[in-house]
Amino acid sequence: MTDTTQNGPMGGTPPEEKASGPMLAADGRPLKRSLNRALRRQKLRALALIAPLLIFVLVTFIAPIADMLFRSVENDIVSNTLPSTTAELKSWDHTTGQPPSEAVFEDFYFDMFAASEAKQHTRLGTRLNYEDTGVSSMFRSSGRKLDDLGKDYLKALKKIDKRWDDGAFVYSLMQGQGTPDTAVVDHSRTAIHKLTGAETAGDLGFAPSEAVAKLLPDMTRAYTDFAVYTGLVDGKDVAKEDPWESVYVGLVLDLQKADVSGYDGPGADLLKTTKADLGQIPVESLKDFFAKMDKKWIDPDIWATIQTYSPKYTSGYFLNAIDLQLTPDGIKQRDEDQQIYIMLFKRTLFMSLVITFSCIVLGYPVAWLLANLPAAKANLLMILVLLPFWTSLLVRTSAWKIMLQQQGVINDVLVWLGMVDDGHRLVMINNQFGTIVAMTHILLPFMILPLYSVMQGIPPSYLRAAKSLGATNWTAFWRVYFPQSVPGIGAGSILVFILAIGYYITPEIVGGTTGTFISNRIAYHISSSLNWGLGAALGAILLVIVLLLYWAYDRIVGIDNVKLG
Amino acid sequence: MAATSESEAFVAFERVQKSYDGEALVVKDLNLSMPKGEFLTMLGPSGSGKTTCLMMLAGFETATHGEIKLDGVSINNIPPHKRGIGMVFQNYALFPHMTVAENLSFPLEVRKMGKSDREAKIKRALDMVQMGAFAGRRPTQLSGGQQQRIALARALVFEPELVLMDEPLGALDKQLREHMQFEITRLAHDLGITTVYVTHDQTEALTMSDRVAVFNDGRIQQLAPPDILYEEPENSFVAQFIGENNTLEGTVKEITGPRSCTVQLDGGEIIAARPVNVSEPGQRTRVSIRPERVEMNKDRLQEGAHLLKAEVLEFIYMGDIFRTRLRVAGNNDFVVKTRNAPDQVRLKKGETVEIGWLPDDCRALDA
Repeated sequence: MTDTTQNGPMGGTPPEEKASGPMLAADGRPLKRSLNRALRRQKLRALALIAPLLIFVLVTFIAPIADMLFRSVENDIVSNTLPSTTAELKSWDHTTGQPPSEAVFEDFYFDMFAASEAKQHTRLGTRLNYEDTGVSSMFRSSGRKLDDLGKDYLKALKKIDKRWDDGAFVYSLMQGQGTPDTAVVDHSRTAIHKLTGAETAGDLGFAPSEAVAKLLPDMTRAYTDFAVYTGLVDGKDVAKEDPWESVYVGLVLDLQKADVSGYDGPGADLLKTTKADLGQIPVESLKDFFAKMDKKWIDPDIWATIQTYSPKYTSGYFLNAIDLQLTPDGIKQRDEDQQIYIMLFKRTLFMSLVITFSCIVLGYPVAWLLANLPAAKANLLMILVLLPFWTSLLVRTSAWKIMLQQQGVINDVLVWLGMVDDGHRLVMINNQFGTIVAMTHILLPFMILPLYSVMQGIPPSYLRAAKSLGATNWTAFWRVYFPQSVPGIGAGSILVFILAIGYYITPEIVGGTTGTFISNRIAYHISSSLNWGLGAALGAILLVIVLLLYWAYDRIVGIDNVKLG
Repeated sequence: MAATSESEAFVAFERVQKSYDGEALVVKDLNLSMPKGEFLTMLGPSGSGKTTCLMMLAGFETATHGEIKLDGVSINNIPPHKRGIGMVFQNYALFPHMTVAENLSFPLEVRKMGKSDREAKIKRALDMVQMGAFAGRRPTQLSGGQQQRIALARALVFEPELVLMDEPLGALDKQLREHMQFEITRLAHDLGITTVYVTHDQTEALTMSDRVAVFNDGRIQQLAPPDILYEEPENSFVAQFIGENNTLEGTVKEITGPRSCTVQLDGGEIIAARPVNVSEPGQRTRVSIRPERVEMNKDRLQEGAHLLKAEVLEFIYMGDIFRTRLRVAGNNDFVVKTRNAPDQVRLKKGETVEIGWLPDDCRALDA
């Protein structure tokens, strides 16, 4: 028997095709280009139609997520707050067991002073506290006491000459004569900008002369920071303001080393007399100053931590998110009692799987009924399925709380029936069981709807055919109907699983301590502990897990087999 | 084969009734018996009850009343999978997630047949429909005609004695349909299987069947071999439904014998006819004449035959035949088919001719 399926007549072959080379349109241009041109308009129009949504999604969804995820590796707060310290600390070797050199403490003093003026030092303290508990309070209390040293110095300086207390005089001394050193100002502008985030371009009205900058480097640095901050961030007149106390600390430090005899700029005489009377000032090394404030400042561990977290980007948050820690000696396991995230990830995955499976078991028969009942009854059932969508999530979850709690409906009924002793009421809420029950209920429609749409597309004649071929009801279902409904199960499972894995409200309300998900921990870090970096890292890992599962699903089942409707 | 006694019937419907809603009967008092090896077609318009009958036989619908017997045993309470009836569905119902071979293997597997037996039977069934090379394909990779053959092979592979076919060729194009009609009848006769075939296509019914049961309004209107059905329809419905038919309405004037009567048409003309289901003068009747039995050449008619005046309304050249539409006794749709012979006159619109026919070809049926 020959197959009589007829091929249609060969499509009218255009004469151009016979010619060699690219096909040409009627006007002699290559056909491809003509086609592209014709299609471009259509494409642009189509793009214009989706543009509002695209922009909306980009601005409100993708950009914030990208920004949030970026925070999981971003770590420039350390180098922005302590720019000189981190640079100086690079050459320090933490394995010696010795605190860093006096030079580091000097840099640290000036960095900290500027930071505490800008009220940024506590933020850094909080950041470092994630890695080394207790740092936060050190930064906070030390920040308050930084003034003390400068005040002591100023008191002694005033005894030598009253002019040291005059802001205008110090201004003119720093301004000096001759070529201004703009590099120092630019450096300070950048540092203060990074520190505060404020705009520091614009006219400052101050620049130290090169001679002063060379003679009194620490004082110049402190004063320039002061000038930039006061003039550009606070918007005040630099010349009229009293300088920061750190300026005097810089002065004392500089005078110890500087040879002022050759200097002849404004205030040269004062510098010379002060240098001569330096002995009247109770000079204290900065290392001692910090040690006096808090013994831990000369503990090498704290410096090792600062050194470890100096780079602009860090893997620290991600390591924390999987119960590891980036220490100066490399990556280490966290202490046993601090390991929670791996356990939480495992629990989240496990419970999501259980919820997905429960949804399949409960949803499949309902979807089957929906697909096989007469239209009127199916519509009624559909409304019942969709009903949960029309009630608030919070209401539904709270209802479960009422149902499941120890004095709740189910326990009351069980006690009344005598199945449970009044003294031993079942604990069904604030644990995993409660979360699974409530979330299965809430996510059930997401399983039923794709299943229903797939089942609707399976003609009843398949089951009849199977039965006519001798299959029992069960065999017909299992071998013929079920395999065809698998795409629906796949689609529903993906939906439910991905929704479950990131669910927040329900576990928060009914989960207690043992039924919470990783998302609850993320929310805690975002809104309570404000450790956004860790929250972002946890979120990023969750996203990667979902993408991996999606990829695996695509490889095993094939995403083409998923039908959502 | 027309007359079959109850005792030797392989398939029998006995006073079967079916109602879906408890108010209207879809099948009214169905009696039918088929001998082994017969090819019987249930023909009828949609909603005539033919598919319901098939489904009751297959076991997917239960009879509201009456008994259905297979090989002398009542099967009313036997579930479909135990009836051992092969079935070909309208849209083939090939399982899309299985290959052709797996589809064919399915009925054998559920019968717990061994692997080697299965393979042999699958191969034989596929060769039978010339689809041996397609065992590894999925149904969606096959054309409509190929799917049709696989569906046929699947219904036959477990060697049922009775095969039911529910409009199996409905989705095929004309040429393929005609080819498959021939294939199916050949297979059915070669294998000696009993076949119940449901269709609404009368050509299919006439060309394929040993007997045709014409269904209308839940009843079998006539059960007869194709030639009898065409040439000797027992009522107006069958005459209208099978083939092309000219109808003239009138009143019985006189019954002149068991095979002859005269009818006065509503226009006053009197014609001779053969009484089929009219019994006394004064009854309203419809006389039915096949277009190819109308004669325009007086020489071929009996002497004294009644002639009617006819006006040509349309003349259509169809190659092998001419089809002429006439106005006869007030009927504007009176069609005459004439063979395209060299001496045949080609009529023109507006011409008036005289037509007549043999009284035997003119059947006086119910009104």
